[in-house]
Amino acid sequence: MGPTLYLLTRDIKNRKMTEKYWEEEIETMSRPDLEKLQLERLKNTVKQAMNSPFYKKLFAEKGLSPDSINSLDDIKKFPFTTKEDLRSNYPFGFAAVPMEKVVRLHSSSGTTGNPTVVLHSQKDLDTWANQVARCMYMVGVRNTDVFQNTSGYGMFTGGLGYQYGAERLGCLTVPAAAGNSKRQIKFIRDFGTTVLHTIPSYATRLAEVIQEEGLDPRKDTKLKIMCVGAEPHSEEQRKRIEELLGLKAYNCFGMSEMNGPGVAFECQEQNGLHIWEDLVLVEIINPETLEPVKEGEVGEMVLTTLCREAMPLIRYRTRDLTSILPGQCPCGRTHRRISRIKGRSDDMMIVKGVNIFPIQIERILMNFKELGMNYLITIDTIGNNDEMLVEVELGDLHTDDYTKLQALTKEITRQLKDEILLTPKVKLVEKGTLPVSEGKAVRVKDLRKNH
Amino acid sequence: MTINQISIFLENKFGRLNEILSILSKENIRVLTATVADTSDYGILRLITSNQHKVIQLLKEHGVSANLNSVLAVSVESSMEKFAETIELFTKAGISIEYMYSFSFSGKTILILRTNNIDAANDVIRRYNLNNLSETELNNL
Repeated sequence: MGPTLYLLTRDIKNRKMTEKYWEEEIETMSRPDLEKLQLERLKNTVKQAMNSPFYKKLFAEKGLSPDSINSLDDIKKFPFTTKEDLRSNYPFGFAAVPMEKVVRLHSSSGTTGNPTVVLHSQKDLDTWANQVARCMYMVGVRNTDVFQNTSGYGMFTGGLGYQYGAERLGCLTVPAAAGNSKRQIKFIRDFGTTVLHTIPSYATRLAEVIQEEGLDPRKDTKLKIMCVGAEPHSEEQRKRIEELLGLKAYNCFGMSEMNGPGVAFECQEQNGLHIWEDLVLVEIINPETLEPVKEGEVGEMVLTTLCREAMPLIRYRTRDLTSILPGQCPCGRTHRRISRIKGRSDDMMIVKGVNIFPIQIERILMNFKELGMNYLITIDTIGNNDEMLVEVELGDLHTDDYTKLQALTKEITRQLKDEILLTPKVKLVEKGTLPVSEGKAVRVKDLRKNH
Repeated sequence: MTINQISIFLENKFGRLNEILSILSKENIRVLTATVADTSDYGILRLITSNQHKVIQLLKEHGVSANLNSVLAVSVESSMEKFAETIELFTKAGISIEYMYSFSFSGKTILILRTNNIDAANDVIRRYNLNNLSETELNNL
């Protein structure tokens, strides 16, 4: 059977679901077939992209067209697309279909300048919903489940993205949206919620409130699966979430430029996230040299959409750092796995010449049972030196002994130093005093003037 | 016998003590002792009141990190001689004092002691017949 069969997204509804796979043929197709499919879709994507003012001009200048592509490797002939490009062509410079075919717009907020806008046709939304359903099915969500989404709705893609995905799968879907933890818990109990979607910082907040209400999540709720995404988080934090709430937590990777949640998702092996290669073409590059890294090395992920109609993106620099895991996954899926996001190429802090990612610090902090879940890293210039302050919330006060608290501070400092090679100042703060945002938690404040 | 002392983790931030106390001020609770040490990053407010469980409950409701600890209350004559004698008894038994504070009440000094070994400290109290106060006795002062 030739790969052309998968070309048309309108075939989605006819695809065969099996006990284990949402779309067995696609999820387990042989690598040569998958690559053939990618090549065909890549050519179509380039052709489609040329309908947009941005790519039309760019490709004309560079003399690029679908004919430039004879193998997947030919993607390297194409220039990168950056967030900056999206901003400078705000709002509709990337539209590759007539505006009457655009049915949805998502936007990610920017701290400076224009936000980025992502446009979707109805077909794009269908593909995306199916993609999210595929992810959820993979971790054991079925149409008998009750799915509660604690994501912000509106522009944030974690809201509607999951909503349509869970509906496509057939779950009873509760669009609880962000915040109001007591209400969330009431819904969880009253509706018999079995599957939750949250961002990691909120997962722990929810666990705290459940505890404050005197409830035991294992006895008083039916929760069994949690989809966790939007913020990079460590394996340690996942384990804590699983322990606190008595469920299985699966890591989701997404970004609004690539639709939103569901670009890559962990399977039940919990060892790497399958990136859906029928929908995106993956490259991992060295963010400095822009050359591909060696197989298995960490680098910045660059993605090309393969099925998007309204707004194809060619070689989009995600700024997320990851690596391709070697070998095949025991789950049977042939789509390659990426490691947990190790940080962002633009999130990296350089302090005293050392490259540091917040996730390294988080991993250490989460190992201390005495500590809560929230932390804040502040970098500032004191005199002529860059100093790093790590504030971390204490959990319940386990001791009233200054000596023990000081010993704890010292031990945290020592372990952090081993990891990041410089000595931060560690400060214990009261529970609930560090920012927990409804969206993404702010973990780093860089106050350096000459940065 | 030991009594319950509440320890509250305090961020070293202007107005924080005031915020904590305002949580408790509406209740009809008698304060027996309170102490805060001056460290740089954080402090611990140690508190003994007439209703420790109520205080803990209120603090928990407001999300304040607090816990209950066992300390000893020993009443001695208000003189340096008696004070020194009492501490010496503990020292001779090999017991370290982790922290201590005191208040005076009609000619008596009440020492609040936290030791590294409560059982051994209780032995000293029994052996030398020290005036060890219970929570009720402390409350009735």
